[in-house]
Parts: sequence; C-alpha cells; structure tokens
Amino acid sequence: MLAYVLRRVLLAVPVMFVVAAGVFLLLYLTPGDPVSVILGPDASPQQAQELRQRLGLDQPVPVQIFRWFGRLLHGDLGQSIYLNRPVTQTLLERAEPTLMLTLLATLFAILLGLPIGILSATRAGSWTDLGAMLVALGGISMPSFWVGLNLIFLFAVVLGVLPVAGYQPLSRGLWENLRYLLLPAVTLGFAQAALLARMARSMMLEVLREDYVRTARSKGVVERKVVLSHALRNAMVPLVTVMGLTFAILMGGAVITEQVFNIPGIGRLLVQSVLRRDYPVVQGIVLVIAFNYVVINLAVDVLYGLFDPRVRHS
Amino acid sequence: MTGRERPWYATALRNRRLVIGSALLLGVLLVAVLAQVLATHNPLAVRPEIRLSRPSTEHRFGTDNFGRDLYSRTVYGARISLIVGGVVALLAALAGTVMGLLGGYYPRVDLVLMRIMDGMMAFPGIVLAVGIMAAMGPHVANVIVALSIVQTPRVVRVVRSVVLSLRGMQYVEAARCMGVSDRRMLLRHILPNCISPLVVQCTFIFSEAVLGEASLSFLGVGAPPEIPSWGVILGEARLYIRNAPWMMFLPGTALTVTVLALNLVGDGIRDWLDPRLRKAL
Repeated sequence: MLAYVLRRVLLAVPVMFVVAAGVFLLLYLTPGDPVSVILGPDASPQQAQELRQRLGLDQPVPVQIFRWFGRLLHGDLGQSIYLNRPVTQTLLERAEPTLMLTLLATLFAILLGLPIGILSATRAGSWTDLGAMLVALGGISMPSFWVGLNLIFLFAVVLGVLPVAGYQPLSRGLWENLRYLLLPAVTLGFAQAALLARMARSMMLEVLREDYVRTARSKGVVERKVVLSHALRNAMVPLVTVMGLTFAILMGGAVITEQVFNIPGIGRLLVQSVLRRDYPVVQGIVLVIAFNYVVINLAVDVLYGLFDPRVRHS
Repeated sequence: MTGRERPWYATALRNRRLVIGSALLLGVLLVAVLAQVLATHNPLAVRPEIRLSRPSTEHRFGTDNFGRDLYSRTVYGARISLIVGGVVALLAALAGTVMGLLGGYYPRVDLVLMRIMDGMMAFPGIVLAVGIMAAMGPHVANVIVALSIVQTPRVVRVVRSVVLSLRGMQYVEAARCMGVSDRRMLLRHILPNCISPLVVQCTFIFSEAVLGEASLSFLGVGAPPEIPSWGVILGEARLYIRNAPWMMFLPGTALTVTVLALNLVGDGIRDWLDPRLRKAL
C-alpha cells in the first residue's frame, strides 16, 4: 500500500511541475510587451521600467523561471499590481465563499444525481426513466449561467423569496449564509448532477446484466437487496472517481456562478483581475485551482487503491 | 430482416437521437447562413431612445440596453457560435491527431507529451481559457485559440489510445515487415482506425466550444461587447434582469438548443458507430 501511495505521489510531481511552468508561460502569450499592455498607452518609460523590475521581467527568462519556482516553493505567489498586496493573502481572504459554494454544489450534485441514475437504471425503459434522462440531457446542455439567470428571475424577481445576488459570510450565521448560497449552489451543481445521473444509470445497467446479479435473483434474494448491495457496490467503483473529482471540477465552474450571483469569491476575483490586467493575481488563481485539482485527483487515486486491491496491484 | 446487412443510412435514420439532433443542428445552421435575410434590424444599430423596450410588433423580442434589436442580434449570434465551435473542433482535431499519432507510435515522444497533456488536463477548462484570454486580450480569434488549446489534450488521449491498441496488431506487424515507412504506417494503416472515435470526440468538442465561447463572453473576457454573441447578450441581460427580463429569453434558448443538438448528434453517432454501446448512456 505504501509503495502504491508513493508511486501515485511521484506521478503527481511532474504534473504539478508542468502546471506551474504553464502558468508562468501564460504571460508570454501576451502579444507584444506585457508591461505596456498592463499600463496602457499613457505610461511614462519610467513607470514601465519600474513595473518591469517589479514583475522581474528585466531578468533573462531562465532566471525568471528559476525565481518563479523558488517563490512557489515558499508559497509566495507574488504581489498584486492593482491591490498592491501579496496575492496569497488576497486569495485566502476570498476563499470562504468559493469553498462554501463548491461544497454545497457538490453535495447537491451527488445527492440528486446518484439516486436518480440508480432509479432510472432499475426502471430502464419506463416513463420515469425516459423523463429523468430527458431532464438530464437538458441539464448537461443548458449553460450554467442561463440556469442561474432563470432561477434568479423565478425565485428572486417574481416570487421574491430568495436574494437576487450577493453573499453573507458564515460569521453572520449558517442560515443567512445558506439563504444566499442556495440558488448559486443549485446553479453550479445542476449540470454535474445530470452528468452523474447519466453515468450512474449506464454503470448500473451494465452491472445489472452481469451473471452474479442473475444468480442472486435466482437464489431468491429480494430485488432491493440485489440492486443496493450486489449491483450498486460494483457500479460504485468508477463512480467514486467521478464523485471525488466533482468538487475539483465544480471549483472551476464556480468562476462563472460567482459572476452570475455577484459572490465575492476567488472566481470573481479572477474575472476582475483579468479586466484590471492584474497578471500576478490571474496567474495565482489559475495555479491554485489547478493544484487543487491535482491534489484531489491524487487523494481519489489513493482512496481508490484503498478500497479496491485490484487497482493497487496492477 | 433476411440476414442482409442494412445500408448505413437505414441504421442512421433509425437512430432517434441522431435524427433529432441533426434536424435541430440543421435549423441552427440555416439561421446562421440566412442571418442577413432573417434579421429585421441591423444587429449593431444603437438607438438609445428605445433602450430596454418590451417585445412589440416592431421588436419582436424587445431591445437591449443600447436599443439594439434582440431578435436580430440573436440571429447573428448563431454565426459566432457555429464558427467558433466548428473552428475549435477542427483545430483541436488537427493538433490532437498529429500529437496523438506521434505519441502513440514513439514511446519517447509519448513520455514527454503525456506529462504535458496531464498538466493541461489539470486545469478546469474554463479557468485555463480565462487565463489565456487574460494574456491575449478580448477578441473572437483569441477565443478560438484559447478554446483549441484547452480541448486539444482530449483528442490527443483518444487518438493515442487507439494507436497504442493497434501497435501490437498483426496487420501492423505485417506492414512493418514489408518495410512500410513510419509515415505511411501512421497515415495509411493507423489513422483510418482513429476516424470514428475522432468524429464522436469532435462533436462533443464542438458542443463544449460553443458553451465555452458563450461562457467567456458572458464573463466579459471573450468576444468584445459590440459583437452579437449569445454570451455577450446574456452577460448584459444579467445586469437588467429586473427591468428587462425578456433580454435573456431568446439568446439563452438558442444557446441551449444548439448545445443540446450537438450533444444529441454526439450521442447518436457514438451509438450508431458502436451498437454495443447503444442505450448505455
């Protein structure tokens, strides 16, 4: 087991290296000189020189890469140009809304998607199945921001039962926090719920065709038990990976949801920073979200090996 | 059936998803091609005196915050969506196929290439696209580049896995013994086997690119604000949801129908090419 964990960790290291290098190179996609793009046409040469120095762009590229990795190892993401303070500190302050939103959306996606998928599979071909799969197909085809706008219109503008937008921190009480996050979490989780339902259904259908399910049925095992303990257990193996990654995937989607609902999280900061041409913040956020994905992926892999010895020894 | 193989179009026409999806997609394509005929107003004409006016006989779906006709803007939006989606699918397919073939065939290339692809896949698509747009600036061409970069690793993976599974095949072995060059081997003997998974993948990339363009434009980092992109219109609709809720109706519906059509076609082609998977998803 230890060898398996070590092997997984060692595989994640080059991925992180590529991610960090990729984020560094983002700045070089800028057409022309990034400094003049950031400052605009009216900047004096003196200002440009100052910013160039601050961003380290006056150094040769290899030195820049070396420094970039050195800083990252210390958890230093540089200084924000616009806010004039450390990027790491800004990110930490903005983390709560994003984490709460992503967490709630993940719960929503799993608690809604999984049972619907299983139910559809056990009643394959019925009207329930058809209806659920049509909704799921709509769910993966509707852009999240369009879902969000419709929810805002219905629940906030027409019915007036939930706030239109905004965020209340946890320190104002859990209820207040949830009231503001309910619509955003449904918006963010809906597509993933639909995806999970489709996957859960196809996995279950596959497993329900297996010989051991027929054996269990012919032994006289109650259908409920056949579905839940014989079939579901085996269908769960690939589903666990998807569920584990749901959190990481939704954190990316939160960028859009936060914009729809004016939630002051990391995603909104990312969009604001793009518009302010605050490259260090953009780089920092893109990097943190990708690292988050790699770490969760690693955790899922390790758990996978824990539950399924076949994975461990392959 | 009398044991005779059914012709390909018969099995395609029996595939409901493929038929419905293609019909919807054809509809969107017609709207895009005939935009000039279908539009009732100039999609760029600003008329501040009638801004945010309700749907009327003159403006069937109302006007936006600049007094531009929403129906005409949405009709022209079909062009942006299909062009961006189609070009991204094409570019990602080209780049991904070349890299996938080389990676699958030459283990040394594979070692480096797959580390890079793994790294790229670690970014949630929209986040990487926003990052690239941040560096390149808001422009439709840049949206195409950003989304192509994001989608390419998926093609690489698909093509590479086909090549890997073929490399040990006897016919490949036989061709090699006959002295077939690597180039000919890849293009004539291996590439044709990649086509069907590639087509399925490209349909889904098309759909994701349409969504991606709309998302980037909605966030304000994709197409510039004057461009009639569905995402741009919806981004403005968000600001006026209390005063002008009709703004979001048409572009949102159009976007959903387009993505739905592409997903149906993708599902349909996959089932059609591989009957074993039928009804699996």
